[in-house]
Amino acid sequence: MAIELSVNGKVVSVDADPAMPLLWALREDLQLTGTKFGCGIGACGACSVHINGEIARSCSVTLGDAAGKSVATIEALGSGEGQLSKLQQAWIAEQVPQCGYCQSGQIMAAAALLNKNPNPTDAQIDEAMTNICRCGTYPRIRSAIRAALSAA
Amino acid sequence: MGIKRRAFLIGGAAVVGGGIFALHWMNGSAATKAGKMTAKAGESSFTGWIKIAADDTITLYSPHIDFGQGSHTALAQMLADELDADWAKMRTEAAPAEMAFANSALGKGFILGAKTVPAILTPTVNAAFGAIARYMELQITGGSSAIRATGQAGFRVIGAATREALVATAAKRLGVPETELTTTNSVVTHAKSGKSLRYGELAAEASERSLSTTPTLKTAKDFKYIGKSPDRFDIPAKVDGSAKYGIDFTMPEMRVATIMAAPIRGGKLESVDPAPAMAIKGVEKVVKLDNAVAVIAKGYWAASQGLAALSPKFSDGGNTGMSTASIFAEHDKLRKSGKPENEAGNGDVKLGFATKGAKLLTADFKVPFLHQAMMEPFALTAHYKDGKLDIWGASQSPLGAKMVAAQAAGLSGDDVTFHPMIMGGGFGRRAPQYSEVTGQVAQLAKQLPYPVKLIWSREEDVRQGAYRPQCSAALKAALGADGKIVAWQCDYAQVADAGGEAKLPYDIPNVALNHFTYQTNQTDGFWRSVNSTQHGFYTETFMDELAQAVGVDPLAFRLKHLPKGSRYTRVLEEVAKRSGWGTPLPAGVGRGIALVESFGTIAAEVIEASVREDGSPKVLRAFAVVDCGTTVNPKNAEAQIQGGLIMGLSSAIGEAITVEGGAVVQSNFSDYPILKMEGSPTSIDVHFIESGAPMGGIGEPGTPPATPALINALFAVTGKRHRTLPLAA
Repeated sequence: MAIELSVNGKVVSVDADPAMPLLWALREDLQLTGTKFGCGIGACGACSVHINGEIARSCSVTLGDAAGKSVATIEALGSGEGQLSKLQQAWIAEQVPQCGYCQSGQIMAAAALLNKNPNPTDAQIDEAMTNICRCGTYPRIRSAIRAALSAA
Repeated sequence: MGIKRRAFLIGGAAVVGGGIFALHWMNGSAATKAGKMTAKAGESSFTGWIKIAADDTITLYSPHIDFGQGSHTALAQMLADELDADWAKMRTEAAPAEMAFANSALGKGFILGAKTVPAILTPTVNAAFGAIARYMELQITGGSSAIRATGQAGFRVIGAATREALVATAAKRLGVPETELTTTNSVVTHAKSGKSLRYGELAAEASERSLSTTPTLKTAKDFKYIGKSPDRFDIPAKVDGSAKYGIDFTMPEMRVATIMAAPIRGGKLESVDPAPAMAIKGVEKVVKLDNAVAVIAKGYWAASQGLAALSPKFSDGGNTGMSTASIFAEHDKLRKSGKPENEAGNGDVKLGFATKGAKLLTADFKVPFLHQAMMEPFALTAHYKDGKLDIWGASQSPLGAKMVAAQAAGLSGDDVTFHPMIMGGGFGRRAPQYSEVTGQVAQLAKQLPYPVKLIWSREEDVRQGAYRPQCSAALKAALGADGKIVAWQCDYAQVADAGGEAKLPYDIPNVALNHFTYQTNQTDGFWRSVNSTQHGFYTETFMDELAQAVGVDPLAFRLKHLPKGSRYTRVLEEVAKRSGWGTPLPAGVGRGIALVESFGTIAAEVIEASVREDGSPKVLRAFAVVDCGTTVNPKNAEAQIQGGLIMGLSSAIGEAITVEGGAVVQSNFSDYPILKMEGSPTSIDVHFIESGAPMGGIGEPGTPPATPALINALFAVTGKRHRTLPLAA
């Protein structure tokens, strides 16, 4: 049974098990591999996307639950035509990523935070940013979020 | 460099491939072969390791994988400096997984082939190749070796030699003496006549020349790129989702597999009924391997559902009695036996401990197995067709992975091609000898008519690790009347290969380091900074206890045992200054200090910490001062130290792999907690001392001092001494 949802502004139809996590529909059916598989239990955040503007861990949302909703992934965070968002530009300026595997999720989490709260305190940043980075890029993630705030 | 070490290098290569694969670039045949693999029409190869295109683009082939440690950019900086290259046209690519591109090929150009090494590099070559020879046999990324060995002794020399060849070619073409030519930004200029030639115009002819192995190298004052921090090449693709990791690879007709190996290490697959998996939509096949069962499906979800539906029976390899407690009990038994496998030290500890009036102190330390927990689970794609096997994915040694795959699939190395891709972390876990996934995917592909991508679940990743070993140590010291240590004994138990990483930096007249070896049924691997983690913890925690015993400030106590004016004291004094050591702190906050030398680099760290209401530690600010000789890319080096420090804190606070009934208890990030942003330091001040000493590594040395510095800070707050890790246990 095909399930319809909007991904990065386009309506798509995925013919798969509705119980399958959204993550695998994005990665395998839609080839949007910027969203990563890390743990499968919603513990690491590597698979973070926006669903109707809210941050969500796509390994723990079923495709069926995403039906009819609007999903945004890292591939659509820029303003199009290769133009990166201010947040992504700050990520480059601060040279944040190391291995980079968790960074799509980190950036999506930071984007969701700033959409809701354009002026978060350090404590609010810590509270919102719960994704795991094994390389330990946290100091630079904090700097990049602050830099994006001052650039906004 | 002694004869013994040379023999070791030869032996290493011989074991791997049945021959010596030295690339002597003054003898053209191997270089020509290597060059043919990489240089296309219009491109000229120099030594096989770099190529220059007609449009002046210079490409460097790195035997090391860049998994975020920044070596691809830093190696290009080193090459560009000696070559006087135009930075805008520098590129780095992963070297093909072929013998001609093994690290050792680069090293042996000097160590075995060339009789002389540029004088400026003698200390580097001795220090780097001596200490890390074991990493040089293959294309291994490890041992914090890329910059200090491959960069210093390899690409700087290749750059300088290539520049000389370009200048000689230009001199001939312009009919002027070489001494009248200058080079900058990939252009050779003859100031007198105003004529100039681009490297791209000279490369084809210059590449016909035989290159010097002893070119004149620059000194630090002439560096234009080394010591600067150009942006890393790999970062833009990592912020827009376009970077392709091993797990992202796809090809037509590809299937996805997932796997479960015997939960008790050493066990084999006895039986499995494939029917429950085959009943799941999308599942195509259940494959039995010697000690594992794999499910092949249209996609990962179906494969994992299929695997979950199976009830495989595994044998236990006779290991059901193995547990965390039994391992520590065996360690104690060994220590009681008093018969260490290896002994090191100096002086006479018996005499030292018998010093009249000496104060004796003892302390026992325990640390658990640690898991690397790289963020990208193992994922390799393999395709077997017409007798040839192709593999795509990440490895800390593509060449080693190729050999492992060939062996597992019963093929010759010539029939296997490994296509290296970027990796989502490694930290030692992707060393080929422990990457069972390589053999697994090779065996699966061999019996499937289509390409297959094997993805390990996080549960498989956690349970089937190649861990930092579970270790313990009994320390004993005697303090003389002058408040100095007269004897130091460390009876440590762990697997073999403690190596030189147990180095004690302090001047102590009588030292005994006794190594008791015990092998569990778990796989012991490399974990960022390897043995320096546990030894740094033992030594630096115990030093604090000794300082306390004689009522001396921990910093002053350490300085008392170090040579005045040494690199150690400079690093300690600098971190003390930057952290405000000795100045008052808010109530409930303590400071701890630690000093560890690893991989040729000396690092001292100060951690400020307090205790939360629930009793768990709260890390506040952190300070690190590091002497790695010279930093090539300071901004990137800072990131490595910060990340290493956080990994050390994470392990101290919450990480432990425990074993019950021979099997690993933990399964995912839910029970193997990794430090998150909230738990990491509010700031990490990193400072480098550019001592000019032989270059040390940078990827690992930030980790070892973090744990003891935290433990010492907590002692300062609570008066309680933690000797068993993790703190959460």
